[in-house]
Amino acid sequence: MLSERAKEEIIRAMERFPERRTGLLPALRLAQDEQGYLSSQVLAEVAAIFGLAPAEAQAVASFYTMLRRRPTGKHLIQVCTNLPCSLSGAEGLLDHLKARLGIGVGETTPDGLFTLETVECLGSCGTAPVVQIDEDYHENMSAEAIDAVLARLAGG
Amino acid sequence: MGERIVLRYTDDPEQSDIATYVRKGGYQALAKALKELSPEAVVDLVKRSGLRGRGGAGFPTGLKWSFIPKDPALPRYLCCNADEGEPGTFKDREIMEKDPHELIEGIILSSYAIGAHLAVIYIRGEFAYAARQLARAVQQATAKGYLGRNILGSGYDLDVVVYRGAGAYICGEETALLESLEGYRGQPRLKPPFPATAGLYRKPTVINNVETLANVPYIVLNGPEAFTAIGTPRSPGTKVFCLSGQVNRPGNYELPMGTPLREIIFEHGGGVRDGKQLKAIIPGGPSTPTFTAAHLDVNMDFESVAAAGSMLGSGAVMVMDETVCMVWAALRLTEFFRHESCGKCTPCREGTYWLAHLLGRIEAGQGQDGDIELLLDICDNMAGKCFCPFGDAAIAPVQGTVKHFREEYQQHIRHGGCWRRSVVRSQ
Ligand SMILES: Cc1cc2nc3c(=O)[nH]c(=O)nc-3n(C[C@H](O)[C@H](O)[C@H](O)COP(=O)(O)O)c2cc1C
Ligand code: SF4
Ligand code: FES
Repeated sequence: MLSERAKEEIIRAMERFPERRTGLLPALRLAQDEQGYLSSQVLAEVAAIFGLAPAEAQAVASFYTMLRRRPTGKHLIQVCTNLPCSLSGAEGLLDHLKARLGIGVGETTPDGLFTLETVECLGSCGTAPVVQIDEDYHENMSAEAIDAVLARLAGG
Repeated sequence: MGERIVLRYTDDPEQSDIATYVRKGGYQALAKALKELSPEAVVDLVKRSGLRGRGGAGFPTGLKWSFIPKDPALPRYLCCNADEGEPGTFKDREIMEKDPHELIEGIILSSYAIGAHLAVIYIRGEFAYAARQLARAVQQATAKGYLGRNILGSGYDLDVVVYRGAGAYICGEETALLESLEGYRGQPRLKPPFPATAGLYRKPTVINNVETLANVPYIVLNGPEAFTAIGTPRSPGTKVFCLSGQVNRPGNYELPMGTPLREIIFEHGGGVRDGKQLKAIIPGGPSTPTFTAAHLDVNMDFESVAAAGSMLGSGAVMVMDETVCMVWAALRLTEFFRHESCGKCTPCREGTYWLAHLLGRIEAGQGQDGDIELLLDICDNMAGKCFCPFGDAAIAPVQGTVKHFREEYQQHIRHGGCWRRSVVRSQ
């Protein structure tokens, strides 16, 4: 269930633009930020606020990679494997992360702490290789540097 | 290094704060325009500057603005395209993070020129920090009277909204961006009607790239002649080249249009990493056909790159050294296109899938006789037959690498694989 606060924020997003539906993407992001992912129930709640059928909200959500229909681990690790990052060692970095976390791409560690994914160019190729963890970019990454980041996250 | 415009002050860590921006002459162009210039006069200045879109296509900006109907009673909108997703491109992000007010001032001037009272910055969903920087800049500019109602006492009102995308490369295509902004799946629209007549909410709309808009304050303040003094006659001004891949100093370099590729890679970028030989260059992002070391003397402006058989595109210069397998490079880029195809039209949705499938098979050493011809045949079936320009872009990696490195494909098929892969892997 969405909190009253989230619902209020969604209504504000809806009323911010000349046409209400422009608020749908911000609303889905707000819902996901609060709930962690977009379950069918949450999608239906958001759809109802906009006067849309649940399937309509679902169709929109499924188009965008940042909108998630399934929960992830506490921290989402996204390794950029597009060409510039791959030319600077992204594949080796990914192998290192798989081995260290003991999981494959698309999987979550048994303790629920980390989910590992690959992504296409993050728009930071001047400081390749780049790994995005949750909202933050970690640039010029090496195996040692990423280990330090993970240790900090696991500790905190 | 010649004159810099959009990245002129980005070395100053305080530049994103409005006090620093104003101290260095920021918002003077806006004050000047609102006091001395009619909207038509601003359009005219930008037309005379010869500024061309920095989002990839190079369309003349002033001309684009002049398509907006004159009747001021009709609502119209400005959309800033900040979706920056073309692999190898990271210039808009730097502008937004380090000098957000420059973009905001450019947006206010451009909105004034076309008579818009609402401007939306559609920013790539992953760019959380840049979105925060922009939101702060909007807040600061509003507090100082550069935004909002009755800007600087001129009677002109403008509302600027930062709108975050949610992860879809195709939303950088302008009509897909509009679909997304209206709350739908971000799939391109049929053109015509063009956005200038029926854009956001079916109202006249101008869509411009971040770097394009960030050039506008300079042009308004210093005049079109200052701008045309830089670059080439048909591609005036500077361009931010995003240098990536196997060079010693990757990064953004703002240089005059027409700077030779050799100078960008060797002088500014410090040459190929680890003393290796240069093998291939992608001059303007993966949508642009591949160059080789034989192209180093091409000047990087719209006309010269086109004459040499590629495109300036977004200015993403990717450098590959002698150890890189070109089949592997084409595969990585084609997998990107397969992943990002929006699925609306069959030649692109199916074509990108099959290109990636065949490349994967060749790269893995399971290629068959006739696979190269099959790849080219699929490209033929996509070229000019897709619903939006993404389809034509998606065939560039295959076509470019087969053209220049066909024997590498043949070797893979004949010998069942590739020795280079292990070189890249072990780095
Ligand atoms: C597949 C595709 C992706 C695009 N991505 C972007 C982008 O990320 N940023 C951008 O400014 N333009 C992008 N464009 C170009 C836009 O459609 C549009 O031409 C541009 O924003 C116009 O601005 P400009 O005239 O200032 O260059 C893309 C085009 C296509 C076909
Ligand atoms: S060419 Fe590709 S991206 Fe463009 S509409 Fe067709 S499927 Fe979508
Ligand atoms: S390729 Fe990784 S950030 Fe661009």
